[in-house]
Amino acid sequence: MDANVITTTDLRKVYRSRGREVTALDGVDLAVREGEVFGVVGRSGAGKSTLIRCVNLLERPTAGTVEVAGRDLTALAGRSDRAPAALRAARAGIGMVFQHFNLLSSRTAQENVELPLEILGVHGRRTRAARARELLDLVGLSDDQARAYPGQLSGGQKQRVGIARALAGDPKVLLSDEATSALDPETTRSVLRLLRDLNRQLGLTVLLITHEMDVVKAVCDSAALMKGGRIVESGTVTELLATPGSELAGELFPVDGRASGPDRTVVDLTFHGDSATQPVISQLSRTYNVDVSILGAAIETVDGLQIGRMRIELPGRFEDNVVQIGHLRERGVQVDVADLTAGAEAVK
Amino acid sequence: MTWSQMHPLLTQALGETLRMVAWSTALSVAIGLPIGLLLVLTDRGGLLRNVPVNRALGLVVNVGRSLPFVILMIALLSFTRAVVGTTIGWEAAVVPLTVGAVPFFARLVETAVREVDHGLVEAVQAMGGGTWTVVRKVLLPESLASLLAGATTTVIALIGYSAMAGVVGGGGLGDLALRYGYQRFETGFMWVIVAVLVVLVTLVQLAGDLAARAAARRGRTSAAPRPRLPRTRTTAPAPSAPSASTPPPAVPPASTPAG
Repeated sequence: MDANVITTTDLRKVYRSRGREVTALDGVDLAVREGEVFGVVGRSGAGKSTLIRCVNLLERPTAGTVEVAGRDLTALAGRSDRAPAALRAARAGIGMVFQHFNLLSSRTAQENVELPLEILGVHGRRTRAARARELLDLVGLSDDQARAYPGQLSGGQKQRVGIARALAGDPKVLLSDEATSALDPETTRSVLRLLRDLNRQLGLTVLLITHEMDVVKAVCDSAALMKGGRIVESGTVTELLATPGSELAGELFPVDGRASGPDRTVVDLTFHGDSATQPVISQLSRTYNVDVSILGAAIETVDGLQIGRMRIELPGRFEDNVVQIGHLRERGVQVDVADLTAGAEAVK
Repeated sequence: MTWSQMHPLLTQALGETLRMVAWSTALSVAIGLPIGLLLVLTDRGGLLRNVPVNRALGLVVNVGRSLPFVILMIALLSFTRAVVGTTIGWEAAVVPLTVGAVPFFARLVETAVREVDHGLVEAVQAMGGGTWTVVRKVLLPESLASLLAGATTTVIALIGYSAMAGVVGGGGLGDLALRYGYQRFETGFMWVIVAVLVVLVTLVQLAGDLAARAAARRGRTSAAPRPRLPRTRTTAPAPSAPSASTPPPAVPPASTPAG
């Protein structure tokens, strides 16, 4: 049994318009493991939106395959423009949440959640209504809000309706297309918390795309960085941190700061796993009787473990600090010397 | 002419006009709605993308729209005879009226349906819905208000066309106005007929507006950022004060139901 719930193999998408070809996806291999929250980040135009829309084949890839929950959707799609019944059935098992919610304005929140149940052929008005109420309750909406029309709800409430609607088909996979990009920071946090809770409670695998690093930091187990239609970096957050020069790690845990003068050594420390539980800095300071100054730090506590990076400054040149750096490495901290000549910016 | 002379003539002519308009409206909606939907669905990027069909439909609709109704009516005489068996009377007039109104209504349907946010279509597709589901659950309900407004416009256009149909033996108010107002110089009667037409059109417009507003009330409030509070405020304290410009008196927030 494959542990990957979503697998794309050499996915390509080329748009043709007025004789010009635009390559949106240039051979994307994506593997999302069961039960994880996977974030794809990138600037607009990097192809991440096309990628997520290819996963449920709202967008037909030009080449390559998409497998979701062990089924090859690209094979189900056939060659016609229209979606055959088999593909539609498969889609019903993949929930999708949209940036602009996409709720029907002529239906109440509850009726919006009933819509996928109608499409799934759930019989009986009462059965559908009861199920819709359950789902709305699950996402934290009251009976009053269930009776409201989307126009009467706030952005965060609308997105909760959107999430409830996406869960109606008991999906294994939830696709989130910039679901929090239209929301304010506070609401974003609460919606992300909800996604995280659903991921844990229901074992739901979540693939989300976003342009906000904070979203990845808040909920993602794994992340991939897209550039020009390709995935340039990918892995669990810990793996990314452990990768020297990782651009994603750098953006997730940005550290800044320059040496305060000549004859200083600036080093970047990366904490992941066990090292983060030890007070390494103060140990270093006491053991070698050196003054350590912290130039910048970006540390998060995830599941009781501290993860992140820190930039510190040690007195003396690099040659004077070899022992100290060795000490840090022994403690399981990843050490990268930021710049050998004071003043020059760090090697990215 | 006295009122007692006018009355039976008016009643009969009005009845004919109403029947003509009612039948041709029903037929135009029945035929124009699917054509309008097809114009959207078969277009580039549509769910049933089929460019030749789209071009052909568009051409037919454009030809229908560009022919003046009087000419269309005369051109269709033999067709009308083949369908109804006669070219005289309100039943016969229904045929050219319908042929004239179908392309008109179809364009209005097309415009209304195009306004539906494509994101909604995608959402239903992502749920596993097919084209028919999209039409039934998204395109029609979401454009209902515009469709009703379009139907109202069509009915009023048909009332106008029906007067022309009267000229070539279709009966109804147009026929009455021509025979009495023009040929017999009964100017007074003419004005009565005009008044009846004005009342008729006004009533249709009023009914159409009410229906469209009822359909729109549910959804389109989303234009306002936070419509819930203002709505409970303006309706709760003083229904007798309709002026929306005066700021509502301070309402204790406790009186609004917690949402």
